[in-house]
Amino acid sequence: MPETRLMTVNMGPQHPATHGVLRLLLELDGEVIAKAVPHIGYLHRGMEKLAESMTYPQALTLTDRLDYTSALSNNLAYCLAVEKLLDISIPKRAQYLRVLMAELQRIAAHLLWVATHALDLGAMTVLFYAFRDRETIMEMLELVTGARLTPSFIRVGGLAADIPDTFLPRVRAFVADFPKRVDEYETLLTENIIWKKRTQNIAPLSGEECISYGVTGPVLRASGVCYDVRKAYPYSSYEDFDFEIPMGKNGDVYDRYLVRLKEMRQSNRIVGQAAEKLPAGPVSAADAPQVTPPPKEEVGRDISALIRHFKIMEQGFKTPCGEVYASIESSKGELGFYFVSDGSNKPYRMKIRPPSFINLGALPKMIEGQMVADVVAAIGSIDIVLGEIDR
Amino acid sequence: MSRCTACELLRERFPEAVLAVSEFRGDTAVVVEKDRLRDVMTFLRDCEQTRYDLLVDMAGVDALSESPRFWVAYILHSITHNRRLRIKVPVAEGATVDTVSDIWRAADWMEREVFDLFGIPFAGHPELRRILLPDDFVGHPLRKEFPLKGEDFDRPFPVCLEEEQGTQTDA
Repeated sequence: MPETRLMTVNMGPQHPATHGVLRLLLELDGEVIAKAVPHIGYLHRGMEKLAESMTYPQALTLTDRLDYTSALSNNLAYCLAVEKLLDISIPKRAQYLRVLMAELQRIAAHLLWVATHALDLGAMTVLFYAFRDRETIMEMLELVTGARLTPSFIRVGGLAADIPDTFLPRVRAFVADFPKRVDEYETLLTENIIWKKRTQNIAPLSGEECISYGVTGPVLRASGVCYDVRKAYPYSSYEDFDFEIPMGKNGDVYDRYLVRLKEMRQSNRIVGQAAEKLPAGPVSAADAPQVTPPPKEEVGRDISALIRHFKIMEQGFKTPCGEVYASIESSKGELGFYFVSDGSNKPYRMKIRPPSFINLGALPKMIEGQMVADVVAAIGSIDIVLGEIDR
Repeated sequence: MSRCTACELLRERFPEAVLAVSEFRGDTAVVVEKDRLRDVMTFLRDCEQTRYDLLVDMAGVDALSESPRFWVAYILHSITHNRRLRIKVPVAEGATVDTVSDIWRAADWMEREVFDLFGIPFAGHPELRRILLPDDFVGHPLRKEFPLKGEDFDRPFPVCLEEEQGTQTDA
């Protein structure tokens, strides 16, 4: 018997398929992966430490930089946790708009995912189609929030502003058009023999393995486990909307792809319902003047409103002592915030539950015993964003 | 306080290990004796009536003025019963916590993170080393006494030439 020697190969941190700065240390037995060790932290900015020195409204801006493909979802998770701590209720119109924007953001994030994931596996065309539609969403979100990447638009107590009149017609046009666009991606990939060969039975995880590794989001549901925070702990009026949770069976890369495509169709349904049912009314909590700044017109006229505005902007607001955990279903999985408050205007401790970080923990389990060429497919199928993993 | 099956069962099974039960804004938290953590966690995962099969997250907290100084919070979710529970374990400075990484594989990275940022060691962890910060980092930044800008922010980076230092120290 000839002696077997393992070869160690570094993949990353600068590798186009690692979607950022992820380094994988692979021990190879020929082309088969014997051991994989992810090295992370290249993008660590110490957000949890930074948040301890910022007031609650200031720390919101940090969340934009977590999963930078879906900043509005991160804003939402942060605000829900702080609002739970403050125990304030949000008007229906703001809740519906939050849902609408979070779902648009989910579609945009999934489009970015399908584009880059297909590109990694050599199907370049999908990128151009997906980016065309993602651009439509980004333009709509820019119309409302004024920013593409770092909106900080969902604020504690409601929204930064109401939507402009031109927004809803564009949303309706998008909703009517989008199912056809998803059909187009499906034409390119779903029955594509090369795509199937590169994704089916690759990097599989069983339902039990997913649960043990704490995996959430589309990866968990592709393995046949039904857990979606939107249904399990409905937040922001998700119980008012009619949608399904797409599920997979085999838990391989192909099923994760199918789940995400179906999720885009469901998100589109939610966006349509939110646009149709959108109630009139204010977009920030009326019962929490210590949290929500007064309307701009009032600030120009009334000295006490001006003082209140500056007080909130400079000093933030105090929260009651206690601990809360609140989470949302982001495009990657369960995104949660755990706050410990000491009664001051700054979080005593802010713990982020980043879905990508915990999902990436299952990567070695997925790829050990698989071929080295499939690592790219496996990384893509988890849909990692390093901004969220490293924080 | 609303009825909490897990709290009642825990009180029944481990009367000496449950130190406190609290509820705030609908979240239930149980403070558990550190030495009985593994028994409690195994019970919560395996008992038919609780089935907390998903370890959602783990967080270290530095309560500087309190004694013991730290606590570690475990957020659990039961997919079967659709319930959430938080378990808290008080940890004195320098004390170790038993690992739960064999109960939930998810705890592997979470414990490494708590160790990295707080310096709380986990006994029995298969590979306890830093995860977010570089291996040669000094200190644990989420401890309250750690300065916000770090200790070396105004010092230049040391230049390490490979020929001077021998091989690089990568794992």
